[in-house]
Amino acid sequence: MSTEHKITTQKVNFKVFRFNADEDYLPYYENYDMEVTSEEVVLDILNRIKWDHDGSFSYRRSCRHGICGACAIKVNGRSTLACKESMNDMVELFGNELVIEPLSKKRVIKDMIIDKADFWEKHDAVTPYLVAEIDENPESENLVSPEDAEKLDEADLCIQCGACHYACPAVEINEDFFGPAAFAAAYRFSADVRDNSQSRLADVNEEKQGVWDCVKCFECAEACPKDINPIGKITKLHQMAFQEGIAKNNVAVRHAVGFKKSIMKNGVLDEGGLVLYSEGPAIVKHLPVAFKMFTKGKIVPPWGITKSDNLDEIQKLVKSSSTAKF
Amino acid sequence: MEKLKYALFTGCTAKQSTPEQMMSTMAVADKLGIELIELTEASCCGASHLQDYDDFLSLVLNARNIAYAEKHGLTMVTICNTCQLNTAMTKHRLDNNAELKEKVNEKLAEVGLEYKGTSAVTHFLYAIIDDFGLDKLKEMVVTPLSQFNIAPFYGCHNIRPSELQNETHKSKENPYNPTSLDDLIIACGGETVDYEQKNKCCGFHVELQAPHTAAVLTGNAIAGAMDGNADWMVTPCPLCHLKLDTQTAHASEAIGRDVELPVLHMQQMVGLALGCTPAELGLKHHLAKVDFV
Ligand code: SF4
Ligand code: SF4
Ligand code: SF4
Ligand code: FES
Repeated sequence: MSTEHKITTQKVNFKVFRFNADEDYLPYYENYDMEVTSEEVVLDILNRIKWDHDGSFSYRRSCRHGICGACAIKVNGRSTLACKESMNDMVELFGNELVIEPLSKKRVIKDMIIDKADFWEKHDAVTPYLVAEIDENPESENLVSPEDAEKLDEADLCIQCGACHYACPAVEINEDFFGPAAFAAAYRFSADVRDNSQSRLADVNEEKQGVWDCVKCFECAEACPKDINPIGKITKLHQMAFQEGIAKNNVAVRHAVGFKKSIMKNGVLDEGGLVLYSEGPAIVKHLPVAFKMFTKGKIVPPWGITKSDNLDEIQKLVKSSSTAKF
Repeated sequence: MEKLKYALFTGCTAKQSTPEQMMSTMAVADKLGIELIELTEASCCGASHLQDYDDFLSLVLNARNIAYAEKHGLTMVTICNTCQLNTAMTKHRLDNNAELKEKVNEKLAEVGLEYKGTSAVTHFLYAIIDDFGLDKLKEMVVTPLSQFNIAPFYGCHNIRPSELQNETHKSKENPYNPTSLDDLIIACGGETVDYEQKNKCCGFHVELQAPHTAAVLTGNAIAGAMDGNADWMVTPCPLCHLKLDTQTAHASEAIGRDVELPVLHMQQMVGLALGCTPAELGLKHHLAKVDFV
């Protein structure tokens, strides 16, 4: 059996980010025009730049099998594992001009190499290990059923490459925010039937650092080369907080809960009512903007809201389907 | 071509804080000869928050909304990115998990409804691009927007997660370099502005719980559009609109620079090009004054 496999080549212009924190005042971009074959991955290009053009070009790589997580960089703003990403796909997605950059320009040490200390600190902060009473001389193995293993939802496949972390706008702005990879790790252990940590779930529910400060942009889902879908794990951590009864009575939690209340009452959302319920007395800080909106006809008072038709159906469904408690 | 007809899921915002979006949607549909049957029975989609608290309830309610579109035998069209995401996500989960679908249908049966999975769910932006067609739209333009530099602001929930979006919409969008809204601007005769934040988040969903993060995102987005010489911004998402239009004071303070631009709904932009009047498009309902028409 022989299937013909044709290797094609094409010209690609690479704009490569260069910076040496020890020597350079500002970063700059170096241009390389190269013939690229359809067989190559992005890491091959990095290697060729180093071996054929400039030996000082620096980047991390180790396993070359998408396992160690060392080689994550950005191509045209998209996080990618250099050793896994085919050049063909990149050209198909972005055309023949590709910009090669480190995961975080703020944290560059040299070229593609960044200081990942913040990533590891946040990873450490979520108790990223099993907390369990271990019988040192067990009678038998500690078995986990396939159904229970499924609950991890593949969070255990994370290779800590940092692609999601450095794609996350909340990480960029809020330095306390743990970030999507740390949350995926938190979920991985909190969902493990053997784990009985008392603190992890509470830690990831704290304001500023915890899941409630996620902006729901899905950048992490898009960035992850392992399809971990970190925001999916964040959603599950939210749900676990309610299930375990540790959700705090704060503005973020009331905001999520408020939707159910509003739907029960009107079918649709009462936007002003939701803000009032979420903020409580702190609503005063929204009054200046609310007043401006009111003058522009952008605020409907509670009595002006058009409720959903067949509201009784909605109310019946809320009563019979809702299990969550707060 | 047969007349296009959809079941319209308005979402809550278009009925409350963005009345101009509702008006311009109807005005544009009218001009294009698209028939929209409003799903007045629909509930709130949960706006990407309800599922954090009660995932199953969120599924049931969204399935109920879709079931009403199915009753009409129509594709559901949304006019809010977040409604689109919640609805499409529900559809994806139910269509790919028979057990879950059955559980949801057990509940819906209590009110005499069933989710079958027969109706597609698409955003009005993609209905115009994929079903109506930009070539046809171009022919109908009476007031080309040629003197304007327009900054497209896509909004997260129409472009990410791309796997779901690309299974839902016929247009295949690259979330790192989306083009649909740019194409719409060009079809209306405008110049598009390319800027870093066009596919980034506006921060709307954490306005209350993480006000600083939200304000910086808003500020950066408007600043990026201003630096790209935009005369105004345009978005398919009423939540992005609200954030960019009404939160400029916080945004300016957060990034230490005064930012403000008119922010139009994509329906208003199309309406302008098709010759709708400012009154029909509700242009007076904006905080950042729309004073160029
Ligand atoms: S969805 Fe949340 S965690 Fe993921 S990148 Fe966006 S803000 Fe970060
Ligand atoms: S969740 Fe995905 S992107 Fe994030 S560190 Fe793990 S493997 Fe990398
Ligand atoms: S850009 Fe902001 S408001 Fe718009 S869909 Fe995304 S998160 Fe929601
Ligand atoms: S070199 Fe190890 S993941 Fe790419």
